[in-house]
Amino acid sequence: MSSGTARAPVGWHRTARTVTPDQLPAQAAGLLDAGFRVALVAGHDDGDRLRAVYLFTAAAPDRRVELLVPLDPDRPRVPSIAALSFPAGRFEREMRDLFGIVPVDHPLPRRLVRHFHWPRGWYPMRDDAGDPPAFGDQDGPYPFRSVEGPGVYEIPVGPVHAGMIGPGHFRFSVVGETILNLKARLWFVHRGVEKLFQGRTPQDALELAERISGDTSVGHALAFCQAVEDARSVDVGPDAARLRALLLELERLYNHVTDIGAMCNDVGHSVLHSHAGRIREELLRVNDRVTGSRLLRGAVHPGGTVLAALPDPVRLRMIAADAAEVAALALGHSGVLDRFTGTAVLTARQAHDLGALGYVARASGLSVDARRDHPVAAVPLPRAAPAHAGGDVLARFQVRCHEIATSVEMITELVGLLDGCRSAPATGAAGRVAGSGVGIVEGWRGTVVHRVEIGADGLLRRVKIVDPSFLNWPALPVVMADTIVPDFPLVNKSFGLSYAGNDL
Amino acid sequence: MSVAGITVALVQAVVVLVGSPLLLGIMRQVRARLEGRAGAGVLQPWRDLRKLMRKQPLTPRGTTEVFRMAPLVLMATTLAVVAVVPFVTTAAVPAAGADLFVVVALLTLGAVALALAGLDTGTAFGGMGASREITILALVEPTLLVGVLALSVPVGSTDLGDIVTSTLRDPGRVITPAHVLAAVALGLAVVAETGRLPVDNPSTHLELTMVHEAMVLEYAGPDLALVELASAMRLTVFLGLWATLFAPWGIAGTTGPGAVALGVAVFAVKVTALGAGLAGAEVFLAKLRLFRTPELLAGSFVLALLAVVASFFFG
Repeated sequence: MSSGTARAPVGWHRTARTVTPDQLPAQAAGLLDAGFRVALVAGHDDGDRLRAVYLFTAAAPDRRVELLVPLDPDRPRVPSIAALSFPAGRFEREMRDLFGIVPVDHPLPRRLVRHFHWPRGWYPMRDDAGDPPAFGDQDGPYPFRSVEGPGVYEIPVGPVHAGMIGPGHFRFSVVGETILNLKARLWFVHRGVEKLFQGRTPQDALELAERISGDTSVGHALAFCQAVEDARSVDVGPDAARLRALLLELERLYNHVTDIGAMCNDVGHSVLHSHAGRIREELLRVNDRVTGSRLLRGAVHPGGTVLAALPDPVRLRMIAADAAEVAALALGHSGVLDRFTGTAVLTARQAHDLGALGYVARASGLSVDARRDHPVAAVPLPRAAPAHAGGDVLARFQVRCHEIATSVEMITELVGLLDGCRSAPATGAAGRVAGSGVGIVEGWRGTVVHRVEIGADGLLRRVKIVDPSFLNWPALPVVMADTIVPDFPLVNKSFGLSYAGNDL
Repeated sequence: MSVAGITVALVQAVVVLVGSPLLLGIMRQVRARLEGRAGAGVLQPWRDLRKLMRKQPLTPRGTTEVFRMAPLVLMATTLAVVAVVPFVTTAAVPAAGADLFVVVALLTLGAVALALAGLDTGTAFGGMGASREITILALVEPTLLVGVLALSVPVGSTDLGDIVTSTLRDPGRVITPAHVLAAVALGLAVVAETGRLPVDNPSTHLELTMVHEAMVLEYAGPDLALVELASAMRLTVFLGLWATLFAPWGIAGTTGPGAVALGVAVFAVKVTALGAGLAGAEVFLAKLRLFRTPELLAGSFVLALLAVVASFFFG
């Protein structure tokens, strides 16, 4: 990188540069050209000034570069890099809504996180924000793009849905049954989770991290713990790393099985849904035996990991064979196969440009996987995935099926490596008290990134959370164009995105 | 219409009215058991209806009489069909009304009333459901009418009583090519018309995929109960019609109490068996993509057409 700024190592494979707002676009462009992706952008309120932090990551070898941009507290402005990276543009809008840091020349300078009934000029993440003010219609109605023409009509769905999913409002512009435009409006469950972290000790904040998104307890807890350990220069050792990798795969297993059943249910093939539910229940009971929690909570903690028992690989292989049979029955059914094949294609180019993560990206032929891109020492890498590059619902289904098998292989290997060790508690040896840390984990949905800053008093000053859903949600409207309305629930399920993880 | 005729009509109406939710319950229970679930029990549809009947009647603001009348029209047309079709006995078929074309027209009238009610709500879902329902209806009607023609050609009459009596007299007719082809064609039409898999999924909660359910989303309370009950009755009627046309054995030839009781029992067994079979088949089916439905229904139309051709050539 040709840059005159000093690069100081600040954490695991991580360097930081302090740049001025004017230098930011050139620096960002240089990193993106060098194969980095925007993993996280976060605002910070340092009391006397505001600060924006841009985290770029790259794979093979694992590299993490932070651009720290101190800002004028009276006129907090950064030049927008939305033209360079689509995810960055979304992060900028989030940062503006929460901190009032204005991205200059942003192509879509609309609200993202804060709905329009929140008053203008109130930025909840600032230290002096105070209690939430009263609702009002301060900033006008939501600007849905209206499509006009003969026979075009709109279907509003949600935010309250018939099933037990999260709240999101979808506005379809439709001619006949073909979707011309879909707008997904989220952030109905913005709970201010990031702010809740502030002022807690990392140990106290763990239970929050486990509850950011209920089905990604391990993913978020682990990313948070890694970030805290990075900030404190703690090395957890090989056993803890392996126990954590094991939990991550257990979480992937039960969620993928759930989704496979749900996708069958959405095409009306409910017998496979029932069986997937049975298999899921078996996996949840395995989780319960392993951690004492069906959702794998309470095992990962900063500095270590303690399990109640190791899972039995033979049992898991049987469960995986069961799941594979359900998947084979689904794919062997001409009706199901017809519904899956060619439905809602996300091309590799689109997935790359949108910054898609996880199985969504892998089903479009991208090899994005934090287990390989940001490997942890002593943990085996997952077997390379075969090419399911169709980018359609079928590919997303098949990637899940493949990952179930891979996860069981990994668990078998990890149990062998652990050799009966089921506990690696924290030693309490920390390299430092304060600092910043980054945790990157391949949760079941995709890459989860946390960045923490711990003050000299050992309390969390700022935690920024990025669930893969935040990056994958924009892909859904893209693939829905020219798809028919009755296919939407299936496509939505094939993406399997989190509302809670996105809305924070 | 004779006293016996009125009595039979009343008996048929009561049997279908009381039995339809039970049929639905049995079908759901069969499906649940085959899928490894416990199921809610055979009486659950009746419990649901009781719950809905106790609720406050509500109609959405801005709806007109079309919306309020539709459940009544649906129920009235279904009851009219139930009264005239010889489900139980051929001895009391009224002189007018038991014509197959009239029966098909009455059942269509009910469906159209509901589609208009869906449009009347002015919501996206009502309109979407109505549009889908009419699309399917437009594809099913030709099959029904052509299939009916195939059955009436050998008899020389479209009167249901005549068709049933003639089949009973000459049971070998049900295995003629015309009859078999018509049976398959009308079977597919019945599946489509009653909103079963693979055309529509009656158990879905996904409003965007619904056909029949999307039309009636705005109904609540007693109105919804009426729509649900009438829909269950339509299912019974369609299955009963199919059984009456293609397996008429057990239908009484007199109006004596014993004969009618036996006829009722046989009707119940036939419809239950058909319903259970349909539910069992549904376990192995997935819902077709909406745009594939016309292909299925076109196939059933071709079969109906072949049935007519066969009925002319092979009599």
